[in-house]
Amino acid sequence: MFKAFLVKYAEIGIKGKNRYLFEDALIRQMEYVLKPVEGTFHVTKEQGRIYVLTEGDFDYEEALEALKRVFGIAYICPVVIKEDQGYEQLEKDVVAYVDHVYPDKNKSFKMHVRRAKKTYPGTSMELNADLGGAILDAFPEMKVDVHNPQLLITVEIREKIYIYSESIPGPGGMPIGTNGKAMLLLSGGIDSPVAGYMIAKRGVKIDAVYFHAPPYTSERAKQKVVDLAKLVARYSGPINLYVVNFTDIQLYIYDQCPHDELTIIMRRYMMKIAERIGKEQGCLGLITGESIGQVASQTVQSLAATNEVCTMPVFRPVIGFDKQEIVDISLKINTYETSIQPYEDCCTIFVAKHPVTKPNIQMIKKSEKKLEEKIDEMMDQAVNTAERIYIEA
Amino acid sequence: MEAYLDNSATTRCYEEVKDIVVKTMMDDYGNPSAMHQKGVESERYVKEAAGQIAATLKVQEKEIYFTSGGTESNNWALIGTALANRRQGNHIIISSIEHPAVSAPAEFLESQGFEVTRLGVNAQGQISPEELKEAIRPETILVSIMFVNNEIGAVEPIAEIGELIKQVNPKTYFHVDAIQAYGKFRILPKKMHIDMLSASGHKIHGPKGTGFLYISEKMKIVPIIYGGGQQKGMRSGTDNVPGIAGLGLASKMVYDHLEENDKHMRGLRTYFVRELAKMDQVVVHGPQGEEAAPQIVSAAFVGVRSEVLLHTLEERGIYVSAGSACSTHKRSGSPTLTAIGLPKNQMEATVRFSFCETTTREELDYTLQVLNEVIPMLRRYARH
Repeated sequence: MFKAFLVKYAEIGIKGKNRYLFEDALIRQMEYVLKPVEGTFHVTKEQGRIYVLTEGDFDYEEALEALKRVFGIAYICPVVIKEDQGYEQLEKDVVAYVDHVYPDKNKSFKMHVRRAKKTYPGTSMELNADLGGAILDAFPEMKVDVHNPQLLITVEIREKIYIYSESIPGPGGMPIGTNGKAMLLLSGGIDSPVAGYMIAKRGVKIDAVYFHAPPYTSERAKQKVVDLAKLVARYSGPINLYVVNFTDIQLYIYDQCPHDELTIIMRRYMMKIAERIGKEQGCLGLITGESIGQVASQTVQSLAATNEVCTMPVFRPVIGFDKQEIVDISLKINTYETSIQPYEDCCTIFVAKHPVTKPNIQMIKKSEKKLEEKIDEMMDQAVNTAERIYIEA
Repeated sequence: MEAYLDNSATTRCYEEVKDIVVKTMMDDYGNPSAMHQKGVESERYVKEAAGQIAATLKVQEKEIYFTSGGTESNNWALIGTALANRRQGNHIIISSIEHPAVSAPAEFLESQGFEVTRLGVNAQGQISPEELKEAIRPETILVSIMFVNNEIGAVEPIAEIGELIKQVNPKTYFHVDAIQAYGKFRILPKKMHIDMLSASGHKIHGPKGTGFLYISEKMKIVPIIYGGGQQKGMRSGTDNVPGIAGLGLASKMVYDHLEENDKHMRGLRTYFVRELAKMDQVVVHGPQGEEAAPQIVSAAFVGVRSEVLLHTLEERGIYVSAGSACSTHKRSGSPTLTAIGLPKNQMEATVRFSFCETTTREELDYTLQVLNEVIPMLRRYARH
C-alpha cells in the first residue's frame, strides 16, 4: 500500500546556508542504509523535503527499520501515492486510506491539504472542508478536532497525490559526516559501543581502536570487538577499526611500575596511542565509554590522570549515566548481547587487587620515568603494526 | 611444528571414514526408508554399521540405535528411561562429575518431580561403590555413571558398579556414558551389567553429529524423538546414512587396533606425566597408571592462568583445552575439578592434553620444550 516515505528532519532546518550540506549528508546515509534492503529506492530532495520513492515491490518493514537508524531523521511518514484522476476519485482514495490504516474509527482528526499544484481546482480551505466531510460521511464515529486531533491527515497535491498521516519517530541527531571525525576507544564492554553510538548521533563519523593483548586476550575477544563495531556501524556507517597489539607495552609497564598504578598508566598509554592513530586519520577528538566512579580507573582523579596525556578533546557521552542507563541504550541499539559475552579484555588481565583510586599525577609521572628507556620505541611499534579492519554493517 | 593435543574435544576423521561418507553422499545417497533399489542399497550401510558396532560390544545388532551424538544418547537414556518407568519409581543416581549431557537432563528430570542423588568422588575422581550401595533404594529406576571422566581421565569401576547395582536392586537400570571410553577400552555390556551405553562418533575419528545408544533388549524405555517411525519407532528422523556409515567404520577400525593403540597412548602418557613431574609446581590430576584413561593428561601449572597458557601454546601450534572456563565477570570452576576438591590456584591453572593413536613422541617433546620455555615467563606476569 505505502509507496514512499516522507522524511522530516529537525535540527538541519536551522543550519542556514550550510543546510544543503546537511541535507546531502542525510541523503547519502539514507541511500547507504537502504542499499541492502530488498527493493529499488530513490531518495530525492524537493522543496525542502526528502522523499524516499520506491519502484515495484519492496520490503516495507525492513526499509522502515533501516531509516530508523539514520541520524538526522526526526520523523518518517509512510506515504500512499495516487494518480490525479479528479476530485471524486481523490475523495474515494482518502476515504479508502483512512479505512485501511485505522481499523478503529473512534478517533478525532484534522485535514491538512497542501495544494502544491496551483492549477488544481479549489482552494486548500475548500478541499480541507470537502475531504473532511467525505470522511465524516463515510465513518460517522470519527470527529473533527482542529485544535488537538489524534490524526493529522495530510493530502499533498502535486503531479501525483500524496496521502499520509502516520509519523514514526526517527533517531534524531544529525547526519553522519557533518561534524568531523573522532576516534572511539572500543573495548568489548557495554559502555564503549554506546559512547560511539551517542557521538555518531551528533553527526560525527567514527573510527575505532582496540587494544589486543595476545596471549592474555583471545582471538574470540577480538572477534567480539569486530562484531560490536559492526553493530555500531549500522548507525554510524563504515568504521575503520585499528587493532593495536598492546602486550609488550603492558608487560613492560608491569615490569617497571608499581602494580597498583598499572591500570592508570596503561590507560594513559592507550589514550596516547589512540590519539596518535586518530591524528594520522584526521580525527578531531577521542571518544570513551567512561562513567564517573564506575571502576577504580574512572574516579574523577583517575579520569583527570588519563585525560592529562591528551591534547585532543575527549568526548565521554556516558560520563553522567548510571550503569542501567547505559545498559538501556545498549539494549536499544542491540549491542548488549554481544557485549556481555565473557571474554577477558586487556584492561582486566593484570588488574591489581587494590588499584589506586585517587592517583596523584606527579607520582604517576614519576613511575612513568622508569619507562623512558624503551617506551617511545614500543609506542612507535604498536602504532606502526596496528592492523586496520574496514567494518561495514 | 604443530601438535594437536585436544583429541578428547574432537579427532581428525580417518581417511577411510571420509571416503565412505563421500560415497554415501554422492553415489549411494538413497533414503534407506525408500522402497526402491536406491533405498535398499542405502539401508545396507545402516545395517552394516549396526553390525560393526554390535561386534565391538558383543551385543546384538538390533540393540544399537543411531543418534545425533553423545548428547542425544545421554538425554535419551535419562529422559526416556525416567518417562517409561515413573510408575516403578522416581529416583535416579548420577555422579557429581558427569558431563553436562547427563547432569543437565538429570536437572530437568528433577524439575519434573524426579529425585536425583549425586554421588561424590574421591580426590582421584572415582565414586565409592559403598556409597552407591547405600544410595540405591527400591524406587531407584536408574543409575548413570560415566566410564571415563572427560576432564581428568579418571576411570570408574564400571564392572564392579554394574554387579553391585544388580545385587542391591535388580530392577534398577544402569546407563554408562562411555563417550570418552568407547574406542579406548574393551567394554562388554552383557558382562558388566550395562543396560544402556552412550558413544559419540567424532571422538573416535568418525564424523561429528553421529553417535549411538546401545539399549539392552530387556530395557523399558520410550523414545524422546517422534516422527516417521524410523529405527523401529524408537528414534524417528531420516537415517543419517553418511554419518552412520562413517561411525560404523570408525568403530570397527578403532577396535581392530585397540590393544596396540592402548599401548602406544599409555606409553606416551607415562612419558609425558613423568616429564611434567620434573617441572616446578606442576600438579597432574586424577589416577595414574592402569587406573587412568590412556588418552587424557590433566595438569595444573600453578601461577599461570589456563586460558593464557592455552593461547600461548596456540601461538606455537600446540592445541590443548583449558580446565575451566573463565571470564572477566564470572569465574565458574568446572564441576569435575570442583568435585575432586582442587584448590582455586590449581583450578584456574588446569590444562588438558589429550592424545590419539597418531600422537607422536616428537609432538610431546616439542610441547614439553615449549612448556619449559614459556611457563617461567608466564609466571612472572601474574595477576596480583
